[in-house]
Amino acid sequence: MIKMNEGRIIYINGSVIKGSGMKNFKLREMVLAGENKLIGEVIGIDGEIATLQIYEETEGLKLKEVIIGLGAPLSLNLGPGLLGNIFDGIGRPLEMIYHQYGDFISEGIGLLSLDFQKLWKVTITADVGMIINEGSEFGWIQETSLVSHRMLVPPGVNGEIVFKSETEECRLDDILIKIKDDKNQIHEIKMYQKWPVRKKRPIRERLKITEPLITGQRILDVFFPIAKGGTVAIPGGFGTGKTITQHQLAKWSDADIIVYIGCGERGNEMTDVLEEFPGLIDPRSGKPIMERTVLIANTSNMPVAAREASIYTGITIAEYYRDMGYHVALMADSTSRWAEALREISGRLEEMPAEEGYPAYLPSRLSEFYERAGSAMTLGHKEGSITIIGAVSPAGGDFSEPVTENTKRYVNVFLALDKKLAYARHYPSINWLNSYSGYVKMLEGWYEQHAGEEIISLRGEMLQLLQEEASLQDIVQLVGEDVLPDFQRLIIEIARVLKVGFLQQNAFHKEDAFVPLEKQYEMLKIIDYLYKKAGRCIKEGIPISKVRNREIFDEVIKIKYNVPNNNLGMLQDIRKRIEDYYDDLLNKYSG
Amino acid sequence: MRKEYLGIKKAEGPLIFIENVEDAVYGEIIEINVDGEPRTGKIVKIDKNFIVAQVFQGTSGISSVNTSVRFTGKPMEMAVSKDILGREFNGIGEPSDGGMPIYSKTKLNINGSPINPIARQYPRNYIQTGISTIDVLLTLIRGQKLPVFSGNGLTHKELAAQIVSQAKLSSSDENFGVCFAAIGITKDDGIFFRDRFSQAGSIENVVMFLNYADDPVAERLTAPRCTLTAAEYLAFHENMHILVVITDITNYCEGLREISSAKEEVPGRKGYPGYLYSDLSSLYERAGMIKNKKGSITFLPVLTMPNDDITHPIPDLTGYITEGQIVLSRRLDNSGILPSVNVLPSLSRLMKDGIGLNYTREDHPELANQLFSSYSKVQEIRSLAQIIGEDDLSEIDQLYMSFGRAFEEEFINQGFLENRDIEESLNIGWKVLSLLPKEEMDRVSDQIIEKYHRK
Repeated sequence: MIKMNEGRIIYINGSVIKGSGMKNFKLREMVLAGENKLIGEVIGIDGEIATLQIYEETEGLKLKEVIIGLGAPLSLNLGPGLLGNIFDGIGRPLEMIYHQYGDFISEGIGLLSLDFQKLWKVTITADVGMIINEGSEFGWIQETSLVSHRMLVPPGVNGEIVFKSETEECRLDDILIKIKDDKNQIHEIKMYQKWPVRKKRPIRERLKITEPLITGQRILDVFFPIAKGGTVAIPGGFGTGKTITQHQLAKWSDADIIVYIGCGERGNEMTDVLEEFPGLIDPRSGKPIMERTVLIANTSNMPVAAREASIYTGITIAEYYRDMGYHVALMADSTSRWAEALREISGRLEEMPAEEGYPAYLPSRLSEFYERAGSAMTLGHKEGSITIIGAVSPAGGDFSEPVTENTKRYVNVFLALDKKLAYARHYPSINWLNSYSGYVKMLEGWYEQHAGEEIISLRGEMLQLLQEEASLQDIVQLVGEDVLPDFQRLIIEIARVLKVGFLQQNAFHKEDAFVPLEKQYEMLKIIDYLYKKAGRCIKEGIPISKVRNREIFDEVIKIKYNVPNNNLGMLQDIRKRIEDYYDDLLNKYSG
Repeated sequence: MRKEYLGIKKAEGPLIFIENVEDAVYGEIIEINVDGEPRTGKIVKIDKNFIVAQVFQGTSGISSVNTSVRFTGKPMEMAVSKDILGREFNGIGEPSDGGMPIYSKTKLNINGSPINPIARQYPRNYIQTGISTIDVLLTLIRGQKLPVFSGNGLTHKELAAQIVSQAKLSSSDENFGVCFAAIGITKDDGIFFRDRFSQAGSIENVVMFLNYADDPVAERLTAPRCTLTAAEYLAFHENMHILVVITDITNYCEGLREISSAKEEVPGRKGYPGYLYSDLSSLYERAGMIKNKKGSITFLPVLTMPNDDITHPIPDLTGYITEGQIVLSRRLDNSGILPSVNVLPSLSRLMKDGIGLNYTREDHPELANQLFSSYSKVQEIRSLAQIIGEDDLSEIDQLYMSFGRAFEEEFINQGFLENRDIEESLNIGWKVLSLLPKEEMDRVSDQIIEKYHRK
C-alpha cells in the first residue's frame, strides 16, 4: 500500500477550505476531506498550505480533520452504462445513490461511478497479432437498442494485440485485450477508460462544418440553422422558455447522442425529463429517445463546486461518444449558473473581482468550454461532432451583462429570447430581429441539395418581410393601421401569417412538436405564394378588405395543425384554393 | 465535557470572533453566555487563528471580557412532532406563544438536504385557490413553488391570507396544513395574519414562525429554514399536504446582505452576496413531492420588489428558481381591481400538466392561452388609443378595448372574500372573451369555440 499524502484542515468557508502540511499535493488533485471523506479538489497552492474546493456540503467539517490526497485529478469512468442514466455534477449515478441512500442526497457518499457488476455482451472485432493504434475500434457493445457502444483503444496506446478475451459476457473491470507497445510494455484494455474531466480528449483534426443539426423547429431549421459541430447560445430572462427550447432540441434534433446538463436549475425540470423522455419516440429511429440521452443534474440546491464541475463532466462524456464517430449535441442549462458558481468560489478565495463580481478569467473559461465543440476527425479516423447549445440566464433579462456579452464572442448562433413575445405567449419566443446564425453561408450547399434550390433565398425574403413589418409597426403604434397604403397593410397581414402560422410552434401539439424540414419548406412556399397572389391583386387596385380573406388566411395559419406531417399532399389543395380565390378576384375586378 | 472559552477577540455587527479555538465544527451551534444571559450562535467561518460566529439574539451588550462561549459540536436542529400544529415559534424555532417546548426524539437539521432528482415526483395535481386569475391563468399545482412579486403598499398580505384560507385540494379527505413564516414584518401585520387564519378556522392546522422587524437579523436567516423543516416533517413523515407561505423574502435577503458585508465578503450585484442565488434555491428547492410519500410541499414565497423593479436581484434570482411567478400591479391596485394580479408577466410553469380534461375542464388550456394572447393585444391597442383617441380606433380595436375593461372588472376583480370555484371562473373567462368575435380566437380549436363561445 502506497503511503498517501495527508494534510490537516485549518480554514473552512462554505465550499472553500484550506489545509496545512500539503506541499506534496498537486494542483487539481482530488482529495477526501474530513471524517466523512468529502470529495474535493486542490485549486490553489501556497507553500505548504493548499486551497481546496469541496463538492459536497461542508457543514459538519471540523478544524484539524485529515485531508487525504488521491494522487489523480477529478476523473470520470467512461464506458457502457452512461446512456439512459442520470449523474450528479461529478459523475456519480443518482439512481445508485437513491437506492443506497434514499430520497435525500447527504454528504460522504463517496465516489460512485458506473455499475461494475453488470454483465455486457461483448463483441471483439480485433484479433491477436493485429497492430492497433490509439482511438481505433477493437469491438463493440450494444449499449441500448439504439446505440452501439464502440470500444476504442485509449489515447496514447499503440502496439500489437497480444491477448484477446474469449468471454462473451464481461464486466466493466474485465480485461478485454492486451496491447504490447514498442517499448514492450503491456497495456491491459478494459471496457472503460478513466479520463480527467478538465482535459480535452485529443482528436486528429478539426473538420469544416458542412451539415445542419435538424431540429424540427421551424424558426431554427429555416431561419437560424444550427450546424453539427456548432455553438449556440440561448439567452433569455426567466419565463421566456429557455428550458422548453432546450428540451425541444434534446427531444427532436437529429443528433446520435444527447448530453443534457441541468446546471444549477430546478429539480422538477430534471424529474420532468426523467418521466417524459422514456415515453417519447424518436421520429427517425422509432426508439425511445432516452436511449440516446445522458443526463447530468446539479440542481440549484446541490453544492456549488459540483456545479462548476458539471459542465466539464458533461463535455467529457460528449467527447467520449464523439470519438466513437457519433454526432453529439450537448445542452447546458444554464451556463450562467456555472459562471455564478465560478463567481461564488472566486469570492470565497478573495480574488480580485472584475465586472459585476465575476472573476477576470470568466471569458477564458467560457471560450475553453465552447472550443470543445466542433466537427472532428477522431484519432480512429471516424467523423464525429459536438454541438454545444448553452442557455444563458442574464440578470434582469439584460443582454449587456458579462456572461451574455462574453458568450456572444464565442458562439455562432445567438437565439435571443424575448420577454414581450413570452408575455403574449408567442412560443418559442425567439426574437427574429435580434437573433442570428453564422452558419447560413456554410450550410447553403447542404440546404440547396437536401431541401430545395430556393430555400435560402426564400428565407432571406421572409426575414426582410419581417424586418419591414417591424418598422411599419412603429408607425402603426403612432397613427393606427388604417392610414397605411394597402401594399404595406398586406405586409403586416402576411407577417402575421408568418408569425402565427410559421414562427409560433406548439411544443405540446402532436403534429407541431416536431416538423420535418420538407413540410417546413412547403409551408414557407405556401405563405410566399399567398403573398405573391395577394400582392398581385393589391397592385391591380383591389382593396385590402377584399384581398385579406379571413378564411384563406386562417387556413394557411392552421396548416401546422391540420396538415399531418406524413400527408403533405393536402398542401396542393390549399394552394389550389388560394389560386382559385385570387384568380377569381382578379377576374371580377378587371372584368 | 467540552471546553469553555472565556472572552472574545472582536464583535462586529451580528458577528463575534473567537481566538485560539482548538476544536470547531463548521456550522455548529455555540452557546454564548453574556454576563449570565444565555444566547446562541452559529459558526460561519473557521480560520487558523480565529473562528467567526453569528449570534442569533444580537451582539449588543457583548464585551471582550464579559462573554464566554461553549461549543456544542452539533448543527442547528429543531425538535419536531405533530404537536407543532397550531403553535407559534420565533425565528430560531423556539415556542413564542408561552406554551410548552416541543419534546420529541425526532430532531432535524434545519438546513435539510437536497432531494435526489430521481426521488422526486413530478407535480400534477392542482390546488384550487378560489381566485379566478390564479385558477384559470396561473394554476397552482401541488408541490410547486410559485412566488408572489409585490411592491411596497400593495395588497400581497391580503392575497396571501386569501390563498391560505381558500386553498382546497381536489379531493377533500386528505390532510392539509399550512406552515407560515413572517420575516421582518411589523407586529401589526403579525396580528393581521393571525386574525385571518383564525377567522378561516384554520389556526389549528397552521404552524407559525414569526420574526418581527425589530428581532435580530441573524434570526431572519433561520426562520425560513425552521419553517421548511417543519413542513418537510409534516409532509414526508406525517403525510400531510403542506402549503408554505413565507413573507417577506426581501427582508430575508436584506438580512443576508447585512451579515455578508459584516463578514467582509466580496459583494455581487447591488451589494448582495455572490451566493444569493444558491442561498435562495436552498430554500425554494425544498418544495416538491417525493415518490412513495403521500405528502407534498407547495411553496408560496412573497416578496416586495424594491421600487417595483422586477429586474432587481431579489425578484430576478427568485424567478430563475421558482416555477413561475404571480406579479401584482400597482395600476390595478390603485384602480381598486383586487386581487391586483398583473396576468401578463405572471406565469405558472407547471400548469400545463395539471389542467384540462381529467383535471379541470377540457377547454381550460386553450381558454387560458386565448385570454393571455387577447389581453396582451389590448395593451397594444391601449397605447395606440392614448395617441389617437379611442373614438378613432377601428371597430375591432374598440371591441378589444371593451374586452380589456370587462376582463379587468369582471374576471380579475373579485375582492379578497369571494371564493369562486374553477367552473365559475372558467365561465366568467368565456363570458368576457365572447365580447370578441369568433374570428379573433386564434388559440382555440373550432370545436371548443362552438361549444363555449357565446356568440
